[in-house]
Amino acid sequence: MTSVLVVDDVHASYGRFDVLRGISLRVASGELVAVLGPNGAGKSTLLKTIAGFLAPRQGSITLHGEAIGGLRPPALLRKGIAYVMQRSSLFPKMTIQENLELGAYVRETTDEVRTDIERVLALFPRLAERRRQRAEGLSGGERRMLEIGRGLLLRPRLLLLDEPTMGLAPLVMDLIFDKILEVRATGTTVVMVEQNARRALEVSDRAYVLEQGQTRVEGRGEELLRSEAVRRAYLGSGTAGR
Amino acid sequence: MTAEIVLQSVVSGLMFGGVIALVAVGISLIWGVMDVINFAYGEYLMWAMYLTFFLYAGAGLDPLVSVPVNALVLFAAGVLTYRLVIARVMRGPIFAQLLSTFGLFVLLRYAAWLLFRPDDRQAQSLVSNGVVKLGELRVSTGELVAFVGSVLATTALFWFLTWTKTGKALRAVAQDREAALALGIEPDRLYAIAWGISAAAAGVAGSLVSSFMYVNPLVGDVFLLPGFAAVALGGFGNVYGAFAGGLVIGVVNVTGGTLTMPKVKLALVYLVFLAVLFMRPRGLFGGRRQ
Repeated sequence: MTSVLVVDDVHASYGRFDVLRGISLRVASGELVAVLGPNGAGKSTLLKTIAGFLAPRQGSITLHGEAIGGLRPPALLRKGIAYVMQRSSLFPKMTIQENLELGAYVRETTDEVRTDIERVLALFPRLAERRRQRAEGLSGGERRMLEIGRGLLLRPRLLLLDEPTMGLAPLVMDLIFDKILEVRATGTTVVMVEQNARRALEVSDRAYVLEQGQTRVEGRGEELLRSEAVRRAYLGSGTAGR
Repeated sequence: MTAEIVLQSVVSGLMFGGVIALVAVGISLIWGVMDVINFAYGEYLMWAMYLTFFLYAGAGLDPLVSVPVNALVLFAAGVLTYRLVIARVMRGPIFAQLLSTFGLFVLLRYAAWLLFRPDDRQAQSLVSNGVVKLGELRVSTGELVAFVGSVLATTALFWFLTWTKTGKALRAVAQDREAALALGIEPDRLYAIAWGISAAAAGVAGSLVSSFMYVNPLVGDVFLLPGFAAVALGGFGNVYGAFAGGLVIGVVNVTGGTLTMPKVKLALVYLVFLAVLFMRPRGLFGGRRQ
């Protein structure tokens, strides 16, 4: 299978503080890849670096074989990388419809975009019912749905999700994971940073476990779930993580 | 003092308030999008009035006809100001931003003083000397046209912000710059547009008031303080609130001056400004960005 994204020996830092210390990963077309690890491992920094919010100090990042390391977010969006931040990134005073429209900002406003908005609203019926309401009135789960839906409006070749279920109730969390699987089923390649390691491993095709800015473990989701070492180190006693 | 006089002053205040509303929306746009206070805003308006005057004196252009010319020239001036001055100081501390627009204020005012001297000048318009009677009330046609023109310009701006792609992007940048960038919206480009639109609003206001007001290098003061008071009243950075604030401040300015003494009307406006800041530091009508 061809690689959509290749991250090779990437180093990145905030000022003098090195966060990524030689990370490498590879994501194939149509895959759902989870990035796991303890707090401070560099998971979110990795996504920020791929999305262009942080320039790599060393190493290379390629998308479909084209070097993209150091490009700014607007340029990367045009190449098909959508990034859903960890924090809430909605425009609270704008309606759901307007938030979605802005997801297609770099595309020409055409009937195609309008059709895509309807498609996203069909994927998230709870948003469809409230499309004329301001985003500030949405619940945590609905906000996450809107952010993911907005990312899809780009028709991304690669969707980066930073902790999509953070702070959500278990039922809502399941719903979000289901939606992510639906998105993957449409052929979109997804890289997802997640704190909920067990659930992430259950739904993902493959996963990388980071520690101190480096890749420690890599493997298929179900393999890592079965690995005693991974369970002990990253999933607690074997029942935690949910 | 009769009720008729008070009512007349309220109507006159509303006419002036329409222009202040446009000014306040112009100030509020920059404030809302970039958190920058443009102390030079009144000076842009003053330069727009000079441009109107010279177009009248040199080419015989009626001030109303010069509205689109002024809007275009001031739009370009706003974009240039952003590119040459503001974009650079945005990387510095907030005091650098404050001082840069204050510096622009001094530069624009005294450049006008040097070039045009402090003499009063006025362009004549077809609507300069007419009076419209509404029952017992009278409104000068110049003021009425300025009011209608300001309301139309503000409506056009609101339409732009609500319905166009660029307008929505401007509102998005105002609410969350980083999130907007993550969607491919270039804040730098939007900031330049915001400065252009804001200055263009001053350009339109400058043309509209030129048919009934003298221009001199100090005329910006007539608009700046009421404009700031309207912005405070409307909620800092809230362009829709700024419009409503402008109408209220216009009435306070004119009716307050009529009920007390004309000399103290600006003091009354300032009193409203301080009272609002004292009671609601984020502004009276909310203060959240739109």
